[in-house]
Amino acid sequence: MKLHEFQAKEMFAAYGIPTQKGLVIEDPAQVTRLSLKYPVVLKAQVLVGGRGKAGGIKLAATPDEARVRAAAILGMDIKGERVRRLLVAEAVDIGAEYYLAFIIDRTARRLTAIASAAGGIDIEEVARTSPEKITRQTVHPFVGFHAYHARKLGRSLGLTGTLLSDFGAVAGALSKLCIAEDAELAEINPLAVVGGRLLAVDAKVIIDDNAVFRHPALPPNEELTELERLARGAGLAYVELDGDIAVIGNGAGLVMSTLDVVAHFGGHPANFLDVGGGASTENMRQALAIVVRKPGVRALFINIFGGITRCDDIARGIVATPPPVGMVVRLVGTNEVEGRKILEAAGISAYRDPQEAAQAVVVLAASPSGQVGRVRK
Amino acid sequence: MSVLISAKTRVLIQGITGYQGEFHAARMREFGTQIVAGVTPGKGGTDARGVPVFETIAEAVAATGATAACLFVPARAAKDAALEAIEERLDPVVIITEGIPVHDSVQIVAWAGQTGVRVIGPNCPGLTSPGQCKIGIMPNPLFTEGPVGVISRSGTLTYEIVAALTQHGIGQSTALGLGGDPVVGMSFTDGLRLFEDDPQTKAVILIGEIGGSAEEDAAQFIRAHMTKPVVGYIAGRTAPVGKRMGHAGAVISGTAGTAASKIAALEAAGVKVATLPADVVRLVREVL
Repeated sequence: MKLHEFQAKEMFAAYGIPTQKGLVIEDPAQVTRLSLKYPVVLKAQVLVGGRGKAGGIKLAATPDEARVRAAAILGMDIKGERVRRLLVAEAVDIGAEYYLAFIIDRTARRLTAIASAAGGIDIEEVARTSPEKITRQTVHPFVGFHAYHARKLGRSLGLTGTLLSDFGAVAGALSKLCIAEDAELAEINPLAVVGGRLLAVDAKVIIDDNAVFRHPALPPNEELTELERLARGAGLAYVELDGDIAVIGNGAGLVMSTLDVVAHFGGHPANFLDVGGGASTENMRQALAIVVRKPGVRALFINIFGGITRCDDIARGIVATPPPVGMVVRLVGTNEVEGRKILEAAGISAYRDPQEAAQAVVVLAASPSGQVGRVRK
Repeated sequence: MSVLISAKTRVLIQGITGYQGEFHAARMREFGTQIVAGVTPGKGGTDARGVPVFETIAEAVAATGATAACLFVPARAAKDAALEAIEERLDPVVIITEGIPVHDSVQIVAWAGQTGVRVIGPNCPGLTSPGQCKIGIMPNPLFTEGPVGVISRSGTLTYEIVAALTQHGIGQSTALGLGGDPVVGMSFTDGLRLFEDDPQTKAVILIGEIGGSAEEDAAQFIRAHMTKPVVGYIAGRTAPVGKRMGHAGAVISGTAGTAASKIAALEAAGVKVATLPADVVRLVREVL
């Protein structure tokens, strides 16, 4: 779960990481009422990257200018995300810019600190073009991240004196934040020199979705669409795509593979929903209700390989929640015979071969009558 | 032969009194696995369908000689359970539980590394050696004994491919589900090394998916060390960037973790990569 910059900076402040003085507004009129020193910087609070290039970050020298700028940015569409909030902060004169992050390194299987003197730019770009400018320090979970680790990292950036001790304090605090808040990423880019001290000018924090249960005070997850949130609330994994075939399956790998097979035969998945292992009739009913609510869905593909999931439970869910669009079902595995009987009693026949089923649903979605009736094998 | 487990493996189930633990303990016994003990804090001294339940693993091992663990405990209690199993040197420790916080998995995997215990998962279906032993939740009827080793990050996709192998008369030595989380214990490389050394295994199927670089690392290992043929399949060719595709570990970030990168790396290492799951059987036939 990705936090907004202002949320991440609130978290930084709680851990003693210095940031600029700033406030969040939702209405342009609020800007003139803020007691900030001008010039100010106005930053669109969106979760997608690249907001600067999209015109979501502007400077303003006076309150009037700030109001005009705020009105232009609020409501703006950045890569499909509407700007609902602005962070207004006192502009600062930035000297050198550094990069500092803690991230779960999947290969090292450890929390890892990443630092670079090439801050302020896309770190993935730095990693590609000049990997020697990046220093890494893995954190042993039972040893922790200590002052000496921070000194080592700071020295690799060439820091001395006050900046080196500032860096130690920031890195120490960021490591504590990462562990205590269950962040899979906590990033400061740039960590800038302002008036001879280090300041977190931007902030990015991603909380591990699996650990949200330990942090009841977290704000709602704004990355999800309404349907994605609904599905998550029901314990189902749902992701929106942009085609016209709704896909339900069990198990993430099988569902991903189903999307690929549908695409291979010329179809375009609208979304996918993984009912997971051991899905019940009720899970299946919820799944059916969610996937067809996506606008533009013309056909539904249900691909189930019963393991812990039992085919009869799935069939009961399907029969109880007939979809408003044409449907193709592929059903094999545990309790398959019972499942097929339930479907057949409702006039639905299921495929056994996943490829034949995928081809059938692609045809169904492309047919003018795709929205009505049911396809038979 | 088989890898990691055999007919002699004595399995302890953590969370045996829960809904999933009880159900799957019974399926494992039907498969022929020796289920010797259960551990559920608060329920020591009882029994679960004839299996004695203990408060601690230390007591369970002393009384039953358990050698391996399988976890069905809820995510919030899984770290404690896994660290305990590792501390008592059960091996392998198979973690079925889904949804474990990644910082907890980092601790589990670090402790396993220090003790030399092999952890499989979290968020995995376990492992199955037909004719020998099964630990986990893979459906019993799919399997038949034979020469193909299977390693996968996905449960149901493994079932799909194993079922197709069996249907075409190709048996399996061991099917090993590594788990769909970003941080897991055993890797593709660890599994490949075991299959390379296993005399029963004549070919290996590697079932990968988007996210991370485990498949790219496996490709390097294959190029340098594998003499046995490897057939691959990668799920998520059409997945968009930045979306968590069901598995916590299945996210493409930036240009890293794409199916294209994984397929290219595997093919460069001489692996035949199937476009569709149904092509895997044909490719395996070609290399056997």
